[in-house]
Amino acid sequence: MSGVLIVAEQRRGELRPQSVELITAAQGVRREGDPVSIAIIGAAPDAFIPSLSLAGVDEIVAIKVAAVEFDPETVEGAVAALIAQRKPSVVLIPHSVDSFGYAAALAAKLGLGFATDVFRAQRIDGELVATRGGYGQKVAVEVDFPGRSTVLLAVRGNAFKAPEQTAAPRITAFEAPATASRSQAREFIELPAGDDVDMTGAEFILTIGRGIGEEAKVGQFRELADAIGATLGCSRPIADAGWLPKSRQVGQSGKTASACKLYIAMGVSGAIQHLAGMKHVSTIVAVNSDANASIFGVAKYGIVGDIFEVANELRRLF
Amino acid sequence: MKILVAVKQVAALDEDFEFRDDGRDVDPDFFIRDLNEWDDFSLEEAVKIKEASSTPVDVVAVSVGPDDVDEVLRKCLAKGADRAVRVWDDAIEGSDPIAIARVLAAVAKHEAPGMVFAGVQSSDQSFASTGIATAAFLDWPHAAVVSALNYAPGAKTAVFRRELEGGLLHEVEIQCPAVLTIQLGINTPRYASLRSIKQAAAKPIEVLSLTDLSLSAADVGEAGSASRVRRMYMPDKGRAELIEGDAAAQAERLAAIIREFKGDSA
Repeated sequence: MSGVLIVAEQRRGELRPQSVELITAAQGVRREGDPVSIAIIGAAPDAFIPSLSLAGVDEIVAIKVAAVEFDPETVEGAVAALIAQRKPSVVLIPHSVDSFGYAAALAAKLGLGFATDVFRAQRIDGELVATRGGYGQKVAVEVDFPGRSTVLLAVRGNAFKAPEQTAAPRITAFEAPATASRSQAREFIELPAGDDVDMTGAEFILTIGRGIGEEAKVGQFRELADAIGATLGCSRPIADAGWLPKSRQVGQSGKTASACKLYIAMGVSGAIQHLAGMKHVSTIVAVNSDANASIFGVAKYGIVGDIFEVANELRRLF
Repeated sequence: MKILVAVKQVAALDEDFEFRDDGRDVDPDFFIRDLNEWDDFSLEEAVKIKEASSTPVDVVAVSVGPDDVDEVLRKCLAKGADRAVRVWDDAIEGSDPIAIARVLAAVAKHEAPGMVFAGVQSSDQSFASTGIATAAFLDWPHAAVVSALNYAPGAKTAVFRRELEGGLLHEVEIQCPAVLTIQLGINTPRYASLRSIKQAAAKPIEVLSLTDLSLSAADVGEAGSASRVRRMYMPDKGRAELIEGDAAAQAERLAAIIREFKGDSA
């Protein structure tokens, strides 16, 4: 059992950026001399070879399958066959919506060591140790995998930096057994942009979360956002409750606030999916009454206090 | 026809919590327990399907845990589940999602439902694994992060939308029976009425042992798990610079940050 196998992810002809972050994660878990291979699965896998030819990769494994877009049983079948042939000691995949759909099934069927949402992975005295969050990210949890010859780790996005230097890895084609999948992907549907707002282009966003307590309070924050020149956004529970339209939701499953540079989060505790969607923002200010809220872990500035008092005082200054 | 809904009693932590003496978990005295938020949505989805169905549907809530888990199962009964099943044996202590999935799959074989729902993930340990691993042990079709579902009880297929990253949805058709993990926001979970809470208190909770499910101690606990906790510890506090003072002073500093940004971007 040797070598690190990375399974890259693609969607609609584009490589998912988390895929190449795993190349850096691989360096911490490989034993000396272990090769690092990165597999890409798709109807035209060769198209991704240039974007995977990065420093730290010894081999790119192109796996051609019938399914154009993600299908859990197709990916499971291909990765299981590759694991059977290569017998890697570690398999790294992105912790993502697609991997939610197949990772646990693969681990259960093959009897792999397994952990998800891993943000640190290392060898301690030769043993593989992975670190993840527990109790809503309030604690860090170190796990190991006694007696497992192959361990599958789903790695959190943004936990590792992708390599910048290119390289010329060996290219291998791998023949995956045909899978008779029991689900059939149909089409993609874009979330409507919303008639009045463009979260994707907003540079300054004021977001409200569960901490506002009731729908009647939304108005005062809308007014505050206008006064300070921010676009009003919200966390998932606010959109799910219908207090603001879904188009205003930011975070991993909401609109990607890719242009955002200043982000003020009021009463947002910071569910991991929310934080993952906002980590790129250079200045995050978190206002929360709970000093232990996980959003303080990614914020540049933290205000521990009552969001209504701070909001009222702030309003007076504009 | 049955819909099996797997639910979990999750633990949030008290503000000032302490670790257990062995350092491998938090002292359970500091747990605030409740029904996992995602499971509230998957239960509601099952109850909605039952209510819309012209043929009889039984919604069966199942959880793996000791007797204090009855509390969340009663909540499920009050919100519309017809039956509640709890599986426990001391050997299950320390199980990871893979071991729990093995137990849930055994319950599913026992109940033979037309569909199994689970939450996408739990709010405490957030593995996002139990439902999909259950599908693997059953060898059933499966899909994760379902945010819209069109399914008629007894139908051979269902159509759903997966909620992807960045505001994108993916429509998929799947063969049934299947295991689906349900995303927040797929519906609006109901509140239990006082009357239904009272009725739920009188309903039985069926308790099964490992033997009832033809499982052994080796299938669960550390032996049946794919990972083992070495230790838990307080994470790095992060890099946030705390803005001190009363609300007025804090707001003044925040206003300065906003003005500086506007000056920069103007």
